[in-house]
Amino acid sequence: MRRIFPWISLFTLASVPLWLGDPYLLNAFVITGIFIVTAMSLNLLLGYTGQLSLGHVAFFGIGAYTSALVSLGFDVELVGGFRVIHEPWPVWLGFVMAILVSGLCGYIVGKLSFRVRGAYFVIVTISFAEVVRLVALNWVELTQGPLALTSIPPMAIGLPGLGNFDFYSKQSNFYLVLGVVAFCYVIIGRLVNSRIGRAMIALKENESLAVSVGIDVTRYLVLAAVVSAGIAGAAGSLYAHYLKIIDPDVFLFLYTVTMVIMVVTGGKGTLAGPIVGGLIFGFIPVIARSFAAPEIQWILYGLFMILIVCVLPRGIVPAIEKLFGEEPGVSGAADANTQDAQ
Amino acid sequence: MTEFLQHIINMLILGSTYALLGIGLSLIFGIMRVVNFAHGELYAFGAYAVYFIAVLLGCNFFLSLLISIVAGCVLGALIEVVLLRPMRGADIDTTMLIMIGAMIVMQNTEQYVWGGVAKSVSTPFPETPLVIGSFSVSWLRLFVFFAALALIAAAYFLINRTKLGKAMRATFQDRDTASLMGVNIQAIYMATFAIGSSLAAAAGALLGPVYVISPQMGNIASLKAFAIVILGGLGSIGGATIGGFVLAFAEEMGAAYISSGYRDAMGFLLIIAVLLFKPTGLFARSERIG
Repeated sequence: MRRIFPWISLFTLASVPLWLGDPYLLNAFVITGIFIVTAMSLNLLLGYTGQLSLGHVAFFGIGAYTSALVSLGFDVELVGGFRVIHEPWPVWLGFVMAILVSGLCGYIVGKLSFRVRGAYFVIVTISFAEVVRLVALNWVELTQGPLALTSIPPMAIGLPGLGNFDFYSKQSNFYLVLGVVAFCYVIIGRLVNSRIGRAMIALKENESLAVSVGIDVTRYLVLAAVVSAGIAGAAGSLYAHYLKIIDPDVFLFLYTVTMVIMVVTGGKGTLAGPIVGGLIFGFIPVIARSFAAPEIQWILYGLFMILIVCVLPRGIVPAIEKLFGEEPGVSGAADANTQDAQ
Repeated sequence: MTEFLQHIINMLILGSTYALLGIGLSLIFGIMRVVNFAHGELYAFGAYAVYFIAVLLGCNFFLSLLISIVAGCVLGALIEVVLLRPMRGADIDTTMLIMIGAMIVMQNTEQYVWGGVAKSVSTPFPETPLVIGSFSVSWLRLFVFFAALALIAAAYFLINRTKLGKAMRATFQDRDTASLMGVNIQAIYMATFAIGSSLAAAAGALLGPVYVISPQMGNIASLKAFAIVILGGLGSIGGATIGGFVLAFAEEMGAAYISSGYRDAMGFLLIIAVLLFKPTGLFARSERIG
């Protein structure tokens, strides 16, 4: 059951554009999918290493801006009259650059902020996100500031022999995002079930003990931050090329909160958790929108968030696993062990 | 030089209200271990309370300041009893998420009730500023400065000179021992949150009439309060006071001599710099590195 369930879910989701005609709902699926990718990346940090980063949206936004700027081209003058002119590059290169630049930022921020833990770590990560947002807002020459970057081209890949294929329609974007979700699911699954993943879980459970058995804590934390930031950057790139317009609001604190609550609702430290939580919190606004004013929607959102944290602090996926009498999958490693035993 | 001194005057006034914000958060964080994301919303609540009482009900300005501070105190106690008391044993991340939920609810309630248009409060102070030599400062700002200083002094007196303060300090040092000595921990937590909230509401009530009042004002206030706590150290009123002035100084100078667009970034850069070069904080207390 545990083995085939991901495949059933994948095929069910893949069939969605075939029977769902409503473009608004399809759009909601694409946006939700992009946020699921960010939630999965955050889960690597929050669920497996136990570090709550509230600045995750920074990597998402950096990815979005990098990808957009690489594919649009820019011309800026740096300090000292040094001028940088960048000709537009193919969009897929923008996607790759988004992952690299976000990953690099993840490395720098990780190196810097993992000196502290707990509440201090949270505040440092928020500060970082706010600084990046203010840069996006104020560096008008590069980012157009509040005027937003517009006419961002859709994602396109050149396949040898088949010509160019661009992801312009909602359907094609749906499959693109679904593919990225599936890919991330696999690589995060691989990572957390490896030696590296077990080291991460060990330092989450008991950091001093992990250090005492020779785990280089900072190294694994930084590694998790780099991978996590890279994936968030990829999600940002998808977002930019899907919406075709981005402004400094991509750095909103509420987006980070959304990612965190998706992970917590679904279940921290479970592979399926961010997907389950993501679908729930992705569609709450869609449902609430039909009967409530925007402020009321957000009030409901906040109340639901408080309720979830109070009633189901460990999340839905572990609760379901408990219901079916399976070993609660607190960690991916535990899952792998039971599977190996079978 | 004159310009520089004028910035210093502005810095002192801004810093005094930042200190109020920071002291409140520092107490809550230090004693209860709650990362209070709703702190900025209490600040916004204080500002809206003044607007409601002074402008809509037409009350006396000074009386409405007083009522706002008391209202912030009551609201804080209510939040503590309803949201935090049932989750007493929960870890720091869980209570933080609850407070983020509370922040979203409060901010959108403000937006719903008062609308998105910024409000302003008129005050009984004369429009013409006080001019001494080549400096000028408005009477309102002068009043804000001295009112904030009085409140800081009151908080200091409460913590260091009263029985309640002694119990709070004992709880901060060692909760279990304090409890064994007969300190009612539940009551201390409620008092801490109520006092912290009333200080935030006081900051909002004082600054609201200086600037304009909008539902988003709480966001940046929360973040600034965090910055002040990081600068000043946990649970230390002196540290938070100095932290408030340091932040105001960095913002005022950054806006004047670097770029006004990056004014709000100064606090964050300061946090990053402090953690990079002196991770124990400017006023070292040993317990922060995990």
